Amino acid sequence: MAITSDPTQSETLVRIRNLHFRRGRRAIFDGIDLDIPRGRITAILGPSGTGKTTLLRLIGAQIAPTQGTVEVDGRDVHRLPLDELYEQRKRIGMLFQSGALLTDLSLFENVAFPLREHMRLPESMIRSLVLMKLEMVGLRGARDLYPRELSGGMARRAALARAIALDPMMIMYDEPFSGQDPISMGILVRLIKTLNDTLGITSVLVSHDVAETCTIADYIYVLSGAKIVGAGTPQELQAEHSPTVRQFMSGMPDGPLPFHYPGKAYLDDLLEAPR
Amino acid sequence: MTDLLAGLGRRSLDFFERLGRGHLFLLRVLASVPGLVRRPGLVVKQVWSTGVQSLIIIVISGAFVGMVLGLQGYNTLVTFGAEESLGLVVAKSLLRELGPVVSALLFAGRAGTALTAEIGFMKATEQLSAMEMMAVDPLRRIVAPRFVAAIIAMPLLAAIFTAVGVLGGYFCGVGLLGVDDGSFWSQMQAKVLLMEDVVNGVVIKGVVFGAVISWIAVFEGYDAVPTSEGVSAATTRTVVHSSLAVLGLDFVLTGLMFN
Repeated sequence: MAITSDPTQSETLVRIRNLHFRRGRRAIFDGIDLDIPRGRITAILGPSGTGKTTLLRLIGAQIAPTQGTVEVDGRDVHRLPLDELYEQRKRIGMLFQSGALLTDLSLFENVAFPLREHMRLPESMIRSLVLMKLEMVGLRGARDLYPRELSGGMARRAALARAIALDPMMIMYDEPFSGQDPISMGILVRLIKTLNDTLGITSVLVSHDVAETCTIADYIYVLSGAKIVGAGTPQELQAEHSPTVRQFMSGMPDGPLPFHYPGKAYLDDLLEAPR
Repeated sequence: MTDLLAGLGRRSLDFFERLGRGHLFLLRVLASVPGLVRRPGLVVKQVWSTGVQSLIIIVISGAFVGMVLGLQGYNTLVTFGAEESLGLVVAKSLLRELGPVVSALLFAGRAGTALTAEIGFMKATEQLSAMEMMAVDPLRRIVAPRFVAAIIAMPLLAAIFTAVGVLGGYFCGVGLLGVDDGSFWSQMQAKVLLMEDVVNGVVIKGVVFGAVISWIAVFEGYDAVPTSEGVSAATTRTVVHSSLAVLGLDFVLTGLMFN
């Protein structure tokens, strides 16, 4: 399997090469290569704790790799001066797992926040832009609510509206489906697909919800044990024979990815006298 | 024994590492301050939340401290038949020491903890990360306005505390204990000096205490472990470190100013 090949033959927006990242003694990434094509939905799947969110932070240059390069739109984000990095970030939206809405601002002001910070626009235009973004996520009527008054699904949609406020070239979604009820999940799946198709935004989706991700992703990478253990279209991965990929895609509790955290033998542990 | 030494060494290294990080953080905040000239509204909003909202505790505490000073001062002075100097004693004590120090301790407890908790909570809920990803520097947008606002608010609060304290002393001394009204004010007017007492005490000490408290508060918030325990511990450290810093600095400043 050609893990780093671009299946769509389109231009690559994010190019990651030989990425190493350690947290203390633990290797989170051990030399991974990964390409994200422009205008497509690329999903990063993997069990909890494999570093999926860390990968997004590395792409956004919020943390630096131990070794290797992360190029976004042809520029190594970890070598950019701070002002140029911030210019780059204006073109990247990110949907955080928690939504990360600013709690002291109303929904309207949350979506207006990046516009007010980066553009000198008349208030009437800001209002129109914010209402357009909120309409896209179905929350125009909730614009005066505060984050504490929103459900989890609504908060994530509001955060999505904020993420697209500056019309980014790419959006990174960090576990958008976790903790969502089926209706909210369906709405989010449809929204991500619609935004990708209508606005031509490149989408990077980090998740461990296999079924939902497979319905919208064009290409999937499976991360495990600090490596990419599988890559391909959803159909290709469903037919994959690798035990690790099969275990993850079918949700089997035990296999190459152990259910138990590494430790001493169960019997030895039970018989050991308490210290 | 080896473990003890190793533990001591590790703690020392941690302490100096954190101290260095705090100073680097301060430099980055100071570098962000000039940008606030273009957005004074951010500072004004924070002066409101750190300064104006601390007014109640400052005014009430100032009144009680002044009244206690009036009572204690009278009891001591009357022994020497010098109770007419009560106004002077109350004013000098408040201007030089009690005004800036007590209001700084109250400010650390009221506004310092709020700053730490707010910034720590924003970190724990990824709001600061979200800002970074929106190409908004949290140091410029969140930390710097709060840092400057606390430096502005602190001397003003110390001045208000002192003024209310003098009135408290007047209420006790003149109103309750029968000290002569004219002597109370005239001795104060004659002996209290603008530069030596007011500027040294309320202004310089107020600004220095404000800067130290706000530095500690915003650093603790920004450096907090992003969990509820982490933010709680950071808030506690803000009170402890700020209070110790204020008391220690007060000794140094008093030594430099009045000796």
